[in-house]
Amino acid sequence: MYVAVKGGEKAIEASHRLLDAVRRGDPSVPEISTRQISEQLGLAVDRAMAEGSLYDRELAALAIKQARGDIIEAVFLLRAYRTTLPRLGNSEPVDTGRMTIRRRISATFKDIPGGQILGPTYDYTHRLLDFRLAGEGEAGGEGSVPEERTDPPSDEPMPRVADLLGREGLMEEDEDPVADEGPPTDITREPLRFPADRDARLQALARGDEGFLLALGYSTQRGFSNTHPFAGEIRYGAVAVEIVPEELGFPVEIGEIEVTEVEMVNQFKGSASAPPQFTRGYGLVFGHQERKAMSMALVDRALRAAELDEAAASPAQDEEFVLYHSDNVEASGFVQHLKLPHYVDFQSELELLRKLRAELEDAPAEAAE
Amino acid sequence: MTEDGYNFAYLDEQTKRMIRRAILKAVAIPGYQVPFGSREMPLPYGWGTGGIQVTASIIGRDDTLKVIDQGADDTVNAVSIRKFFARTAGVATTERTEDATIVQTRHRIPETPLAAGQILVYQVPIPEPLRWLEPREAETRKMHALEEYGAMHVRLYEDIARFGHIATSYDYPVRVNGRYLARPSPIPKFDNPKMDRLPALQLFGAGREKRIYAIPPHTEVRSLDFDDHPFEVQTWDEACAFCGAADSFLDEIVTDDRGGRLFVCSDTDYCGKRRAAGHTGSATRDPERGGA
Repeated sequence: MYVAVKGGEKAIEASHRLLDAVRRGDPSVPEISTRQISEQLGLAVDRAMAEGSLYDRELAALAIKQARGDIIEAVFLLRAYRTTLPRLGNSEPVDTGRMTIRRRISATFKDIPGGQILGPTYDYTHRLLDFRLAGEGEAGGEGSVPEERTDPPSDEPMPRVADLLGREGLMEEDEDPVADEGPPTDITREPLRFPADRDARLQALARGDEGFLLALGYSTQRGFSNTHPFAGEIRYGAVAVEIVPEELGFPVEIGEIEVTEVEMVNQFKGSASAPPQFTRGYGLVFGHQERKAMSMALVDRALRAAELDEAAASPAQDEEFVLYHSDNVEASGFVQHLKLPHYVDFQSELELLRKLRAELEDAPAEAAE
Repeated sequence: MTEDGYNFAYLDEQTKRMIRRAILKAVAIPGYQVPFGSREMPLPYGWGTGGIQVTASIIGRDDTLKVIDQGADDTVNAVSIRKFFARTAGVATTERTEDATIVQTRHRIPETPLAAGQILVYQVPIPEPLRWLEPREAETRKMHALEEYGAMHVRLYEDIARFGHIATSYDYPVRVNGRYLARPSPIPKFDNPKMDRLPALQLFGAGREKRIYAIPPHTEVRSLDFDDHPFEVQTWDEACAFCGAADSFLDEIVTDDRGGRLFVCSDTDYCGKRRAAGHTGSATRDPERGGA
């Protein structure tokens, strides 16, 4: 009996000690530092920050270390920390048009003003295990790693591809973020309500589980709501975050964050109220996470079905289905709560089942009489 | 001793105020699910985050807290939650139902009747009683607004048509104050009658689903039924093997792989008190069958 026995408290403490030991692993192997995680497992840190909704590389690296590399557990740790932080204010909308670009590509035009910038990408690598990386330290290892040798990241303003189409009237107008009065919705402070506004939806998607969004985005490409997407633009780089302190009245830069932004360009045949034109799906994620940002943009577009008068019959178009189930901390907690004792409910079911079975066994006998 | 760096009972005062406002609204509209800005807690969703937030918002330094899971004070999650409040609020804790000012529970209502002035905080996984009939929140809110509860009666009727009686044994739907249909959380239906006109305040917190609802003291709570199929609770042929109680909810403990069974009180405080008062059961009378 793992319950109903005195000593649950001691068992929990012992379990925590064991966990510490397992996390550390073989003590003869040097301990990994959070700085190493931040530098060498950067994409894991990006994912933990994005889904944890907290832009802090050091804390994310710490969470990953504490969680033994389990990213969802790390996200949970970051979220539980984030919830205790005071809310100082809202930033100005970040201007990704002024991003310091490290990578920027478009799949819709061969050349674009500002150019295509490949940047660091796995896209055209051959996925062959590089056994040089398996060597250790000075003996083998990577040997001399090439210095990052590129032109310095461009901080020239780069027009967004979708806006180029907009000038021709072929792309729908973008919503004006400033026109919407009042501060944006924050689903970490207020519960989601349906139908959800687009700001609530984009927030939910930006912090949503990458795997879940990937599968949903993929489903829209396989016929479960076809939105005919093109990757209008994918850009990754650093953007300035500005706030307007009340006593100053003008924006002040408080720092930079790295983000990946995706604008999908989707076909739209037009409706009673709108002419045929291209429509947008939008993705924005902390760090360098193209897979996530693209999935987010696909799902965002699919969720605009009602707004665009499209038939909504597929999972990715179902707002409640997508937004209620995209949060991996909620999902992970509720799935795993099945580990908690349920024996009162189970006992009730057992009693009911025995009663039903007894009645079933009695029934034919009665019929025969 | 409380944890450094965190506010009393973990949540900041702004958040507590927001939750208290939701609680006040919930008390004013018995059984109505009030959406609230549920926070991310350092315990996982589904493990009592709603109940913890409610408790954290109402607890004061003079309160005495009891936490039970499955009726027992010593189940692992009850231990964990009690420890959380001992760490973050430094309040007194107890296992004695009558000594507690706040009882946080998962899946049971204590056998010892609760009195006026006590608060029972339920941990709720799914607050919406109509959820299995209608998965969409936008729809179920409409059904509540229109008091459109026919679908639930149809479901219960279908049970009767098929099995001859209602086949819901826990989380059995109730009508609160003749108006809102509510889920009592997954307590066995055995506990449902205790909710009716209870002198204590009953608060329900669903953290993941971000809802709070309440049953004020002395409020009528009716378990749904039909005139010709009145509501019934579970009964056992056995009495508690430890304390001999025949009026408590019994857990079944498998004692061997040859069909050996022992039935014992799920409410450990109730069972312990009865044994302390000299009551015995089959296992405590007959040493050959072994005890705890």
